[in-house]
Amino acid sequence: MTTATETLHPHDAAHDEHASHGGGHHGATHSGWRRWVYATNHKDIGTMYLWFAFSMFLLGGTFALCIRAELFQPGLQFWQPEFFNQLTTLHGVIMVFGAIMPAFTGLMNWQLPLMIGAPDMAFARMNNWSFWLLPPAALLLIISLFMPGGGPGAGWTFYPPLSVQLGPGMDFGIFAIHLMGLSSIMGSINIVTTILNMRAPGMTLLKMPLFAWTSLVTAYLLIAVAPVLAGAVTMLLTDRHFGTHFFNAAGGGDPILFQHVFWFFGHPEVYIMALPAFGVVSQILPTFSRKPLFGYVSMVYAVCAIAILSFMVWGHHMFAVGFPATAQLFYMFMTMLIAVPTGVKVFNWIATMWQGSMTFETPMLFAIGFLCLFTIGGFSGLVLSLAPVDIALHGTYYVVAHFHYVLVAGALFSLFGAAYYWLPKWTGYMYNERMGKIHFWWSMISFNITFFPMHFLGLAGMPRRIPDYALQFTTFNEIASVGAFLFGFAQIFFLYNVIHTIRGGVGPAPAKPWDGAHTLEWEVDSPAPHHTWETPPDEALVRRGLVAQGLEH
Amino acid sequence: MNVENGIHDAHYFVPQPSRWPITGSIALFCMTCGTALWINNMQAGKWLLLVGFVILIHMLIGWFGDVITESQHGDYGQQVDHSFRWGMSWFIFSEVMFFAAFFGALFYTRTISVPELGWFSDTHDVLWPTFKATWPGVSGPKVAPYAPMEAFGIPAINTALLLSSGITVTWAHWGFVKNNRTQMALGLALTIGLGAIFLVLQALEYHHAYTAMHLTLASGAYGMTFFMLTGFHGMHVLVGAIMLSVMLGRVLKGHFTPEHHFGFEAAAWYWHFVDVVWLGLFVFVYCL
Repeated sequence: MTTATETLHPHDAAHDEHASHGGGHHGATHSGWRRWVYATNHKDIGTMYLWFAFSMFLLGGTFALCIRAELFQPGLQFWQPEFFNQLTTLHGVIMVFGAIMPAFTGLMNWQLPLMIGAPDMAFARMNNWSFWLLPPAALLLIISLFMPGGGPGAGWTFYPPLSVQLGPGMDFGIFAIHLMGLSSIMGSINIVTTILNMRAPGMTLLKMPLFAWTSLVTAYLLIAVAPVLAGAVTMLLTDRHFGTHFFNAAGGGDPILFQHVFWFFGHPEVYIMALPAFGVVSQILPTFSRKPLFGYVSMVYAVCAIAILSFMVWGHHMFAVGFPATAQLFYMFMTMLIAVPTGVKVFNWIATMWQGSMTFETPMLFAIGFLCLFTIGGFSGLVLSLAPVDIALHGTYYVVAHFHYVLVAGALFSLFGAAYYWLPKWTGYMYNERMGKIHFWWSMISFNITFFPMHFLGLAGMPRRIPDYALQFTTFNEIASVGAFLFGFAQIFFLYNVIHTIRGGVGPAPAKPWDGAHTLEWEVDSPAPHHTWETPPDEALVRRGLVAQGLEH
Repeated sequence: MNVENGIHDAHYFVPQPSRWPITGSIALFCMTCGTALWINNMQAGKWLLLVGFVILIHMLIGWFGDVITESQHGDYGQQVDHSFRWGMSWFIFSEVMFFAAFFGALFYTRTISVPELGWFSDTHDVLWPTFKATWPGVSGPKVAPYAPMEAFGIPAINTALLLSSGITVTWAHWGFVKNNRTQMALGLALTIGLGAIFLVLQALEYHHAYTAMHLTLASGAYGMTFFMLTGFHGMHVLVGAIMLSVMLGRVLKGHFTPEHHFGFEAAAWYWHFVDVVWLGLFVFVYCL
């Protein structure tokens, strides 16, 4: 999301000193395709991440609509069950690894250096590699569909024995996971290092914008668990082709081992997609409430607590597998414990808005939409944390409803909010507010039409991951399918609005279009010059922002 | 490593646009795509893998060459140095977690899946009368008989080799601090030599396992954890030895100063990490 008018020359922000730098390493930028392919600039790389994520969102969304079209009525309409499995698998993999995670990495790329006053990411060249590993990974996934037997059809969790038995498409899926994991590890090392080593003078850890904190913790989680996922799929690969028996009892192995290793990755992964959303909302809500974030320090501790707890709850994805009672109790109580720091955050966000001078621009609407719907998703998660309840509900649409409330209304809504919030900074123009509001309300309503009935379907016992279902589930499925197509259509407003903004929008944006925003990115011009903070921001400037955020007196 | 107000280079080094990352992406795409085709009996895949590997080597030489050039040019200030330290630390942490997945698989298999298969009466009555739930020596219907690996032969020698190499690399580091080039070069050469002997002995061990003991990757829960853990470790020893060899070459070219030699320190950190993983392997794979 960049603009044709963006200057390609080093052009420091108003507050940045024009020191003459030796070496002349900044500012050298290719034009044309080389600008993007050889990029070392965090803004260019962030832009590529965001566009890649959006195109993957459309691809994954297309798979979702194929799923919903099939489920509009009982019986098989469009797809054979095998292909339906591939649709659900690729929908999941592409949305998680192709859309949500790269979108947040794109945000972090664009925003972190701006917000903490760094000239770029710590490892600008490696940053390029982190991005450019994603298109090959996506290509592998697409190639997999054209292999004999089709794409991976074992679900995004790749459970054996099914994943061991599937055709060559599965191997392409495994290698795609390897590449995406490599990209995640390098991207996360970059983010952690940037935050720990490149903050502006005077910006101590507990004075960083909360988005930087959630990015730091997210990246830490990803460095910890992405290699574990790589290990899990490597074991799948050797079981498939090299004669090992990790997941085969005939050699002393156990398919459940895969579930343990996978969910040791998988549960922190949930927070890898949720924590940056928390960070975005923690920037947006204070801005449009014109009040400092309530309970900043408790927010930081809550994020850390959630991250630590996320390593100890993976078993709640496996209650239906059969656990000893002690293990069930442990995972159940640890899971319920996560509601405490999450509750701290929700109450803090509400307290931030309390008695604020609130206005409801599109980013704020998405943030509040996030708050309402994520809380619903959190509560249904709490219901599922109860082992006895989960055993009944685990294989049903209730779980589908739960995680779409968390990931669509949670992660995705925060991403939309972030895009509207920072579009003026990225493009230099204001977006169309009216169309943004239409996008929000249309998404909000159609999202609930799609996913709220799934709670009822699940409680009534409709199994998930099936292309066909019993007659009594028809009505709610029809409602959900109609909602899904409406939701898909709503995203055209977003795409149009973004392109419209890039081309001039409703007029130029000032450096600080939101009067309640006090973080450093608003101190540079709009659009942000190609290079910013080449020398660290002045300590007095940093201090002024910190005072306005209530972090210093 | 960072003080509260941060260390700020007068001008943090941001590299020029570079063609190496995309070269690496093309290499890895060729390698993964080629491997996926090859293991599914599409023979063209192995040529794609080979092409990808050549491109990858080209990329690694070019990319690290750029880094060395920039370093020698004096582009990297104190803040960049700290970035490298953080970056290497987190990279090693990610490697620890990679090995944790396989150690986890070992512990789970030994303490849960194999004993449970043994307790479960249907395993013997209905499924596999010959199933042996012992460790080592677990066997199932798909596992040919094999002999488990002894700890006190090559593995014990290898432990001594790696521990000694930890000492020699530290001695080399003292050479860097004192700017004693003979000590640097000798220490590095000794370390690399010990690593090379380790790898040769491990290759002999594998050869012996496959031929004389019939212990293979397909030897059930024991064989798979044995070869995956020691194999991934051996690959890391190889990578560490290559890193140290590059450092030796740079020492001979006179690249390092007592203040500025993080390239060596990163390789040494990595070497110590590989060393520690081996100790875990020796205890949990070979001895226990």
